[in-house]
Amino acid sequence: MHPVRKQRLYLVLFVVLFSSAAIGLVMYALSGNINLFFPPAEVAQGKAPVGQPIRVGGMVVDGSVQRSTDSLVVRFELTDYQATVPVSYEGILPDLFGEGQGAVASGVLDEQGVLRASEVLAKHDENYMPPEVADALEQSGYDHKGNAK
Amino acid sequence: MIPELGHFALILGFCLACILAVVPAWGAWRRNSRAMALAPGLAVGLLVFVGISFACLCTAFLQDDFSVKVVASNSNSLLPPMYKFSAVWGNHEGSLLLWALILSLWTCAVAVFSGQLPLLVLARVLSVMGAVGVGFLSFLLLTSNPFARLLPGTPADGNDLNPLLQDPGLIIHPPLLYMGYVGFSVAFAFAIAALLGGRLDASWARWSRPWTNVAWAFLSLGIMLGSWWAYYELGWGGWWFWDPVENASFMPWLAGTALLHSLAATEKRGLFKSWTVLLAIFAFSLSLLGTFMVRSGVLTSVHAFATDPARGLFILVFLALVVGGSLTLYALRAPAVTSRVSFEWISRESLILCNNVVFLVATITVLFGTLFPLIMDALGLGKYSVGPPYFNAVFVPLMALLAPFMGLGPTARWKKDSTRRWQSELAVPALVAVVCGLTLPLLNADYNLWVALAVTLSAWLVLGLLRDLWHRVRGAASLGTGLRRITPSYWGMFLAHLGFAACVTGIVATSQYNIEHDLKMSPGDTEILAGYEFHFVELAPVRGPNFVADEARFEISRDGELIARLAPQKRRYLATGQVMTEADIDGRLFRDLYVAMGEPIGQDGAWAMRLHYKPMVRWMWLGAILMAIGGFTTVADKRYRRARAPVAVPGAEGAARGA
Repeated sequence: MHPVRKQRLYLVLFVVLFSSAAIGLVMYALSGNINLFFPPAEVAQGKAPVGQPIRVGGMVVDGSVQRSTDSLVVRFELTDYQATVPVSYEGILPDLFGEGQGAVASGVLDEQGVLRASEVLAKHDENYMPPEVADALEQSGYDHKGNAK
Repeated sequence: MIPELGHFALILGFCLACILAVVPAWGAWRRNSRAMALAPGLAVGLLVFVGISFACLCTAFLQDDFSVKVVASNSNSLLPPMYKFSAVWGNHEGSLLLWALILSLWTCAVAVFSGQLPLLVLARVLSVMGAVGVGFLSFLLLTSNPFARLLPGTPADGNDLNPLLQDPGLIIHPPLLYMGYVGFSVAFAFAIAALLGGRLDASWARWSRPWTNVAWAFLSLGIMLGSWWAYYELGWGGWWFWDPVENASFMPWLAGTALLHSLAATEKRGLFKSWTVLLAIFAFSLSLLGTFMVRSGVLTSVHAFATDPARGLFILVFLALVVGGSLTLYALRAPAVTSRVSFEWISRESLILCNNVVFLVATITVLFGTLFPLIMDALGLGKYSVGPPYFNAVFVPLMALLAPFMGLGPTARWKKDSTRRWQSELAVPALVAVVCGLTLPLLNADYNLWVALAVTLSAWLVLGLLRDLWHRVRGAASLGTGLRRITPSYWGMFLAHLGFAACVTGIVATSQYNIEHDLKMSPGDTEILAGYEFHFVELAPVRGPNFVADEARFEISRDGELIARLAPQKRRYLATGQVMTEADIDGRLFRDLYVAMGEPIGQDGAWAMRLHYKPMVRWMWLGAILMAIGGFTTVADKRYRRARAPVAVPGAEGAARGA
C-alpha cells in the first residue's frame, strides 16, 4: 500500500476506535446519571419510578417545613396545587429555600412515597422561578400563589 | 441626557460597524487599496463610540440614575460604588454592551498591533470582526437597549444587585471571561479571512497564533475566577458543578486548547491546515453558543438574567448565520487550501494529533451532556437533567489519557522520531514518576490509589518538561546563558504544561482527601476535623453597608496552638431581604479550612454549620494561573513582532517563513 494511504488508514482506524470508545463511555455514563423531572401530580398518580434518581419540583407548602431539633434532618412538602409529595432531606438547605417558594428536590422515591432527597435547589433570586416548576404549575392550572387561573 | 448620548453613540458605533463589515471587504475583493485602508480607522472609531456608550451606562449607574430601567432593576443607592460599577455588567443589557465593547477592543487591537500584516489580510480580518460587531450591536439596539428609560414612573430607589454578584471576584470575572470568549473571534476572523483569500500558510498561523494564545489565557483566568467565586461565595465549598453555564465557558476553552496546539503544528510544519481553520470556527461558534445558552434563558442559572424568547431567537438566528455561513465557506474553499506534508507516526505531529482528538472528544461529550436536556425538552421527551457524575465519568478518563502523551510532547521531535530515543530519554523520568506516585501520597494519612495515579501522571509531565529544559541549557556556557537563550514561546509552553500538572494534582487530591462535616453546633461547642479543632466561640450580630448579618466566630487550633480565627456570616440584604451565606476560609498552599453557616436550629442559639477540610484545593487555581501566564508569555516571542511585510505583494510570506 502507498505509504500516504497507509498513514491515512491508520489515522481513520485510530479515530474510529477512539471515538467508539468515547461514545461507549458516554452511553455508559449517561445511563446511570440522568434523571427525569416529575411534577407532584404525576408522582401522586404513581408515574414516577421507585428507587431511581428523579427530580420533583413545586412550591414548598406553607407550614410543612419540620426541622429535627438534634440533627440536620428536614421534612417538607412540595405541591403543584393538585397533589403534594413529602420530602425528607438531611443537610443544609440553600439560602433561598422557604415556605411558599419554588424548589426542586432530587433524590430517590421510597416505598412510602417519600422523596429521599440528596440535593435541594431553590431559585436564585426573588423574581426567578425554576423553569420546571413554572411549567408544572402551568400544567396544573394554578399560579405560584395557588390561585386558580 | 447622558443615557441618550450613550444610546446615540451606540447607534453611531453600529453604523461604523456596518461600514467596517462592508467597505474593506469590498476593497479586498476589488483590490481597491483605498477602501481597504479605511479598515484600521473604522476599527478605532468603533471602539471610541462603543466606549463612549459604555462610559455613559457606567455614569448612569454611578450617579444612581433610576430613570434608566437597567439601573433601577440592578442597582441601589446603598450599594457600595465598586459594586455599582460591576452592576453595569450584572444584567443582560449591560453584559451585552460589555461584550460589544470587548469585541471593539479586540478589533481595535488587531488594527493597531498588526503592523506586519499585509493590508489585504488586515482588511479582510477587520471586516469579519466588523460583521460580528454588526450582529451584536443590532442585537443590543433591537432587543436589549441598555438605555431604555422608565419615564414617567421613575422609582425612588433601585431593586439592588443580586447579592450573589456583590463580590470583588465578580467585578473582574465577566470582563476576563469575555476577553477570552470574544478573543476567539480574532482567530475566527483570521480563519475566515484566510478562506476568503484562499491562502492558508505558515504566516497565517503565525499571525493568528498570538491572538489565540492571549484569548485562551484570558479565558483560563476567567474560568478560574468563576470557579474560585463559586467556592467561597456560594457557601457550600464546591468549585465546579458542571453547570450548563460553566460548561458554556469551558467548551470554548477546550476547543481553544485544541486550536492552540494545532496552530503550532500549522505554523511549524504546515500541517493540519484545514483542520485548524475548522477548529477556529468551532471555538468561536462555541463562544456564541455559550452566549446564546446563557442569555436566552433556556437554562436555570445565576447567569440567566433574561427570559425573553425574542432575544433567544435573535441569538439563535445569528448563531445559525455565523456557523452556517462559515461552514459553507469552509466547504467551498477548504479543498483549495489543503496540502500534504507527510510525517512519521513516531513524531511530535502525532502527539499533537492525540491532543486534538482528546480535546475535541472532550468538547463534544461536554456539549452533548449540556445540550441533551435542552434537546429532550424541545422534543417533548421529558425534562432530564445530566448531573456531574456523567461529566466526571467521561471527562476524567479522557484527561488521564492525555497526560502520558503530554509528558512525551516537549521531548518529541517534529517529523520523525524514534521510540528508542524516547526510551533512552524518558526511562528515568518515567521511573522517578512512578516512585513519586508510590511515595508522595504517603505524606497524607491514608493512601489513595487515585491520588497515586494523579501524582504519577503529573510527575511524569513535570519530569519530561524538566528533562527537555535540561537538554536545551546543557550545551550553553553557563546555566544563565542557557536559560536566557530559551524563547518566550518555549517558556509559555513550559509554564502552561506545569500549570496543567498542578491543576490535575490539585483537583484529584482535593476530591479524594476532602473532608466535609455538616452538623449542628452551639456556641462553646468544639468539633475535630482532620486534626484541627474548630471551636465555636460566640454568635454576634454585625451590620454592613447594605446588609445585617449574624456572625459566627470560630477559633481553629491544632495541638493546642491557635491557627486561625474565622468569622463566617449569614447576611440579610436590606433592599431585597435576600439571605446570603458568606463563608470564611483559612487558605494555605497545602490545605484550606472552610466554615460556612447553614440555618439556626432550635431555640438555644444552635446553628447548622458546614466545616470543610480541603487539601491542595489552591493548586487547581494556581495551575490555571500558570496556564494563563504561559499563554501571555508566548506573545513576547520575537517572531511575532517582525516588521511589516511588503504591502501589495500577495505572496510575501516566503521571506518571513523560517520561524
